[in-house]
Amino acid sequence: MKLADPQSDRPRMSRSAKRDLRNGLLFASPWIIGFSVFTAYAIAASLYYSFCRYDILTPPHWIGLKNYSRLIVDDEVFRRSLWNTLYMVIFGLPIGLVASLALSLLLNAKVKGIAIYRTIFYIPSLVPAVAVATLWMWLLNTDIGLVNVILSKIGIMGPGWLTDPKWAKPALILMGLWGVGGSSIIYLAGLQGIPEHLYEAAELDGAGPMQKLRHVTLPMLSPVIFFNLIMGLIGSFQYFTQIYIMTNGGLQDSTLFYALNLFNRAFVDLRMGYASAMAWILFAITLLCTLLVFKTSAKWVYYEGGASK
Amino acid sequence: MIGGKSSVQRRQAILTHLALGLLSVVCLLPFYWLVATSLKADMQVHAMPPVWVPHPVVWANYPKALVYIPFLHYMKNTLFICLMTVFGTLLSCSLVAYSFSKIKWPGRDALFVLVLSTLMLPGQVTMIPIFAVFRWLGWIGSYKPLIVPSFFGSAFFIFLLRQFFMTIPQELSDAARVDGAGELSIYRMVILPLAKPALITVGLFTFIGAWNDFLGPLLYLNDDSKYTLSLGLQQYVSQHGQEWQLLMAAATVMVVPIIIIFLLAQRTFVKGIALTGLKG
Repeated sequence: MKLADPQSDRPRMSRSAKRDLRNGLLFASPWIIGFSVFTAYAIAASLYYSFCRYDILTPPHWIGLKNYSRLIVDDEVFRRSLWNTLYMVIFGLPIGLVASLALSLLLNAKVKGIAIYRTIFYIPSLVPAVAVATLWMWLLNTDIGLVNVILSKIGIMGPGWLTDPKWAKPALILMGLWGVGGSSIIYLAGLQGIPEHLYEAAELDGAGPMQKLRHVTLPMLSPVIFFNLIMGLIGSFQYFTQIYIMTNGGLQDSTLFYALNLFNRAFVDLRMGYASAMAWILFAITLLCTLLVFKTSAKWVYYEGGASK
Repeated sequence: MIGGKSSVQRRQAILTHLALGLLSVVCLLPFYWLVATSLKADMQVHAMPPVWVPHPVVWANYPKALVYIPFLHYMKNTLFICLMTVFGTLLSCSLVAYSFSKIKWPGRDALFVLVLSTLMLPGQVTMIPIFAVFRWLGWIGSYKPLIVPSFFGSAFFIFLLRQFFMTIPQELSDAARVDGAGELSIYRMVILPLAKPALITVGLFTFIGAWNDFLGPLLYLNDDSKYTLSLGLQQYVSQHGQEWQLLMAAATVMVVPIIIIFLLAQRTFVKGIALTGLKG
């Protein structure tokens, strides 16, 4: 179809266009091949498996919607893992968001030695998840952990962070706050992109620090907040390594999160079809949440240059 | 008037320092406790009230921790995977990013949208079929499943490099083309040298990602002579859950290289993070 385009009477252009197409595809070929196998094929296969009984040792066996109906109707463990994950989305995500935003405001201050502070707060986010988990198991130890020792100094009897099902999720949120500096750096980049004259104009209108924050900083930063929110949302559903090491989902299932439950079904029980169905439900939920955030974003995300672009 | 303002500013600066200083202490305390515990005798680890400065300093915890599980061997394994992954990622992502930024071809931009949309796909969806493919290839138990995919590009780094390549003026490539250079030599002689900061950033991100990876090795490595540091430490936790001084020594050995690399490359690194932050 493309052969009959107007360029055909200019063979030199056409030849260079053809060469560009060939080179373009050639240079992009690693990704094209990788996408075909690791994404396109994998998505199709995963969808197919989700309608099958599949233990990976023998070929998949079609069972229709049974995996889905069992998951939704009578898998109590699945429901609990979903609830645990939503708990982290509802409580952990906003707490982390506000903390990293507040920290980035502090780190944007023009004071001496600010680069050193930025480094200090960024470093925890580099620590390998396995090491984070190991360290915090020790810090959160009920009897001799540093956290409870410090709490007892100010007269608070610390809870059994990793032994009491009620406290396990708050403990994980607390641990997550340690690594909050990672997203602060992203906010910081956004903060530094806010033009000074907006603040000057607000000052001329008599705005105080709180008003400047509300009417200049937050609106200008809203695209970055939006980005971090979406990424945090996707990340919450993938929460795996820390919990695998710290409790392996134990404590009366209070720390059995979605990704861990899926991993267990797939690679411990070898119920790959069932786990694939779980993966698709996970995908549907993240997509739904993302769409929800997108839908509301028109109301609170401000893009410079207007809505048309 | 001016004097008044500067005194307000000074007060603000002091308050900021106070807040940041206090938070820094909170942030660094876990690191201090990590290292302090790793140097304590068993008695002092369990002492109440806690001992803040280890006395005596028990260096022997390190050789003990590093011998029980062959940490140096695992570190060599981890380094091998990291370096191969960095090489594969840099090679594939820079080639693909070159195609998406410097060559004009029909369908290019639509395909680039597809690259970005894969960022939204949860890894769990593709995890099982990819595992099945590697199993079919007979690669389970080898490093191949951890290394080979990096040679096929990663959406995020392709995006990052493409954004950077876009900022390199087209005239430079055009001038080379007039001199008769083909795309491959423009990529090698013009673009890559100019993109060094972006390449270093991608390399560092990849290195740290591979160093910290746990799920990958957990899925694919079953022979403990092939374990990585992540797996080794996890194994250590599950077998010696209460010997905190040894666990902390092992964790320290895993954390320190990453922090050293970060501090050495900090300037490029922060720039790279800023680069990704602009994405929103």
